[in-house]
Amino acid sequence: MSSLDITEASIAKAISRIPYAKELGIRPLLMGDELTLILPYAPHIIGNPMLKALHGGAVGAFLETTAIVQLWLMGEPKPLPKPIGINLDYLRRGNPKDTFARAVVAKQGSRVANVRVRAWQYRYDEPISILHGHFLLAVNQDKKPVTKSNTKPNNQ
Amino acid sequence: MSEDQKSERLKRLWDLAPMFVQGTPHAKFLGFKFVAIDIGRATLSLPYNKKLVGNIDTGILHGGVLTALLDQASGLAAVSSFETAMPVATLDLRIDYMRASKPGKTLIAEAHAYKTTRHLVFVRAVTHDGDANDPVATSQASFMTTARNMKNVISPLARTKAMADLPPATKAKK
Repeated sequence: MSSLDITEASIAKAISRIPYAKELGIRPLLMGDELTLILPYAPHIIGNPMLKALHGGAVGAFLETTAIVQLWLMGEPKPLPKPIGINLDYLRRGNPKDTFARAVVAKQGSRVANVRVRAWQYRYDEPISILHGHFLLAVNQDKKPVTKSNTKPNNQ
Repeated sequence: MSEDQKSERLKRLWDLAPMFVQGTPHAKFLGFKFVAIDIGRATLSLPYNKKLVGNIDTGILHGGVLTALLDQASGLAAVSSFETAMPVATLDLRIDYMRASKPGKTLIAEAHAYKTTRHLVFVRAVTHDGDANDPVATSQASFMTTARNMKNVISPLARTKAMADLPPATKAKK
């Protein structure tokens, strides 16, 4: 899939393969090749009802989903990448409103990718949480690692 | 701490802990179950649920579900480590995913708050599906209390009321 084929609909289809992400109501917003995911507020993603603060686990799951979907759309349709190790920093309280997240792939190797994801609500410059972590990229059935270079269509 | 004080504190924790799970909307939503509590230690479980899967082709639970479970168990261990239980917020959480969980199996998370200061708690936790020596994921987290003073200690009644007063979900704009 080239970046021209990526549409919100194709990303929504990828998300529909992740039941938990679907359960959270996560939906995509695409501007050119820049993907933003939206986690709509619902009472069931609250962690502390006294403070009306979002659950760290729900925010963490959202950031992780953003990383996975970003990596997925950068390659061929293939099995979804798997998390190896992630670090989550909780910077501000998540308020009962919609949350946005955008991922940057810092390094994409043949097997492992390093990704940074930022989640924000009111202002992009005031992130509520940041993820950085390593993800295991899907390996093709012939056991060749999938990279950007070897997923190009074969013209020969 | 005398034996009497300790047993009194433990009794309070056992009274409080199930509410800490039931009174957390997202924990309830995911189906977390309270298993056990001790001073600075907490155990939760999560029965397998198809809705929490991360990949429809494999049926393996989403990594984020483990994040939420480890966060909740670690948070509860942190709460229980204070002399008077106080609510906490996660500062940071690091998770290592050792292997995929087995579809259909109940997950167990065991957390240990190994260091507590006036406002901070450091917690290690492990998730497994029966054998603690074969972990699915491990985590390391730090927490900070959100209670500025003793007026903010955990009140089950206030929490239940607060849950009913949460704003409604946002509607998707087309």
